[in-house]
Amino acid sequence: MTSSDAYISIRNVDKYFGTFQAIDDISMDIAEGEFFSLLGASGCGKTTLLRMLAGFESCSSGEIYIDGQPTSDIPPHRREVNMVFQSYAIFPHLNVADNIAYGLRKQKLPRAKRQEMIDEMLDLIALPGYGKRRANELSGGQRQRIALARALILRPKVLLLDEPLGALDKQLREQMQLELRALQRQVGITFVFVTHDQEEAMTLSDRIAVMAGGRVLQLDTPLGLYENPKSRDIANFIGNMNFFRGVVRRDGSREGAIDVEGLGVIPVPLEQLTRPDGAPVQVALRPEKFTITPDEPETAPRVAGKVRDSAYLGERSHFYIEIPDKEEPVAVSSPNLTRNDRKLAEARTGKPIWLSFSPESIVILDAE
Amino acid sequence: MSDTSYIKRPNRPLQVYAVIFLVVLYTPVLFIPLFSFNDSIYVTFPLTGFTTKWYAELWTRAPVWNALMNSVKVGLSVAVLSTLLGVVAAKAITRHRLPGKSAVVTFIMMPLVIPGIIFGVALLVLMSRMGVSLSLYTVSIGHLIVCLPFAVATLLPRFEGFDPSMEEASADLGENGWWTFWRVTMPMVFPGVVASLMLTFTISFDEFIMAFFLTGTDPTLPMYIWGQLRFPQEFPSILALASLILFVSFFMVFLAQWLGRRGLDEDI
Ligand SMILES: Nc1ncnc2c1ncn2[C@@H]1O[C@H](COP(=O)(O)OP(=O)(O)OP(=O)(O)O)[C@@H](O)[C@H]1O
Ligand SMILES: [Mg+2]
Repeated sequence: MTSSDAYISIRNVDKYFGTFQAIDDISMDIAEGEFFSLLGASGCGKTTLLRMLAGFESCSSGEIYIDGQPTSDIPPHRREVNMVFQSYAIFPHLNVADNIAYGLRKQKLPRAKRQEMIDEMLDLIALPGYGKRRANELSGGQRQRIALARALILRPKVLLLDEPLGALDKQLREQMQLELRALQRQVGITFVFVTHDQEEAMTLSDRIAVMAGGRVLQLDTPLGLYENPKSRDIANFIGNMNFFRGVVRRDGSREGAIDVEGLGVIPVPLEQLTRPDGAPVQVALRPEKFTITPDEPETAPRVAGKVRDSAYLGERSHFYIEIPDKEEPVAVSSPNLTRNDRKLAEARTGKPIWLSFSPESIVILDAE
Repeated sequence: MSDTSYIKRPNRPLQVYAVIFLVVLYTPVLFIPLFSFNDSIYVTFPLTGFTTKWYAELWTRAPVWNALMNSVKVGLSVAVLSTLLGVVAAKAITRHRLPGKSAVVTFIMMPLVIPGIIFGVALLVLMSRMGVSLSLYTVSIGHLIVCLPFAVATLLPRFEGFDPSMEEASADLGENGWWTFWRVTMPMVFPGVVASLMLTFTISFDEFIMAFFLTGTDPTLPMYIWGQLRFPQEFPSILALASLILFVSFFMVFLAQWLGRRGLDEDI
């Protein structure tokens, strides 16, 4: 993405709390109308970065541009950015309607117009007729929606959401995820969404910035993060991954290859192979990229192994398969396409089996 | 076993203790209203008969009304000022990064433990050095010092008790500091403010030591009572006055306590 169509542009931003560095040289661009997620473990700086966007924390160095404007000198109440707080921060002394209309004071709307806007919002968040309720008569999910409506009624350019679904139970959370996504498409506002739940980030986001220790490890689409992780940490953080040691082989011909422990020599197109001959690499392969067959398949690459362990999970089965020349067993996930597949899973423990995969599905990473 | 929980189960010795405590504390005080209705100018048993004439007499006495007005004036201004300063102090303590925060709190609370006579003498010396003549203003300054710790102690839990993200949410929704204070902070701490107003008014109204050192020609009510104690024939009306003060003070403090606590346990 070029910075010309970036709506929010974060440039070399650092944040120190005393001597502790919470944000470490982050640069990224967020496009208009994008559903953008910040994903990372607890304490990695997600909330801090969000609060910097809202203006509650200043940048120790660097600059954040919103719609091309530098924001350092703009206090929170003059930013066209609204936030849904982790704790929702619903005002307990106001009823639902007054909570939603809180930010409208300065617009000096006529009464009828104001009421109309409130009702519109209550419809949008599927709580019609709740206007007179008091804040302490609401459930967690309802509070979350009120917090959302309170921000959306101002038609902000950017909505910041700090783990808004964190406090909800699984079922409600999944329902709210769908509603959030639908809402975001409907209103077309840029969402910056903080979560530590990778599944949630994958479901909702156009793009995800994976953070750790105040840095952005990788910024990519859900597909990119899953299929082309840039490091072992990312690969492990999102889904499961098998890792193999390998050595680059390029013998001057047009085709390159990697000699992978346990899997043999895998051909790799030269343009994917930026490293020199003999360079050590890691080869990563997702469990579902393997195909299991009882008999030796025609396709290469393939490897024979023994099922050490298997688990039947309904729509799929998990296997741990020992292959020659590799210490840890290979994790394999196989869909149960027919009823017999299940029997296969059950019957196969300790039996020989064949694994095959497509050479395109491997991910090449730097050696540890 | 009964079905009450361990911590809530009735505790007989504790109940007895509480009763004795209250009896010892309040029996002497109860003699005051008792004798204020006694039909004799001597405060001795046996009681001679029921009368309300001391109260009636009080009603007609101009200096009492005068002293009462003085006390109300001082009490009101002290209540408003100390609560105002208390709000600012509590906000600063809870909402801003303050170097040496705990030291500041300790200093604010200090007048609670420093004997009033020391403060009184110190202020008296200061006033006379500066050439300020004693008046209701000097009394008010003295009372302010006495009342401020109570105001802060009443307000601090209210400020500590609510999530700072409420104020951030207000800022986020477009309100500056001033509006945020009036639309969010103030409504949230309001019960504490009322409690502080009532408590500090009561304290100022009842205060004697500071007033003793700092009163000029206009006496406050306690000072008036002190002055009248020399005249035995006035004593029953003083008892009547004291009973009234007692009653109003009790009422105010109870109300303040109740208000101050109200809503603190609810989720905010
Ligand atoms: N005001 C502050 N003063 C000092 N350190 C802070 C402050 N705010 C945050 N930190 C530190 O900065 C780091 C990042 O905090 P942050 O709240 O951004 O984490 P997070 O990624 O949102 O975590 P979580 O998922 O638990 O909410 C933490 O180590 C935290 O201790
Ligand atoms: Mg956080």
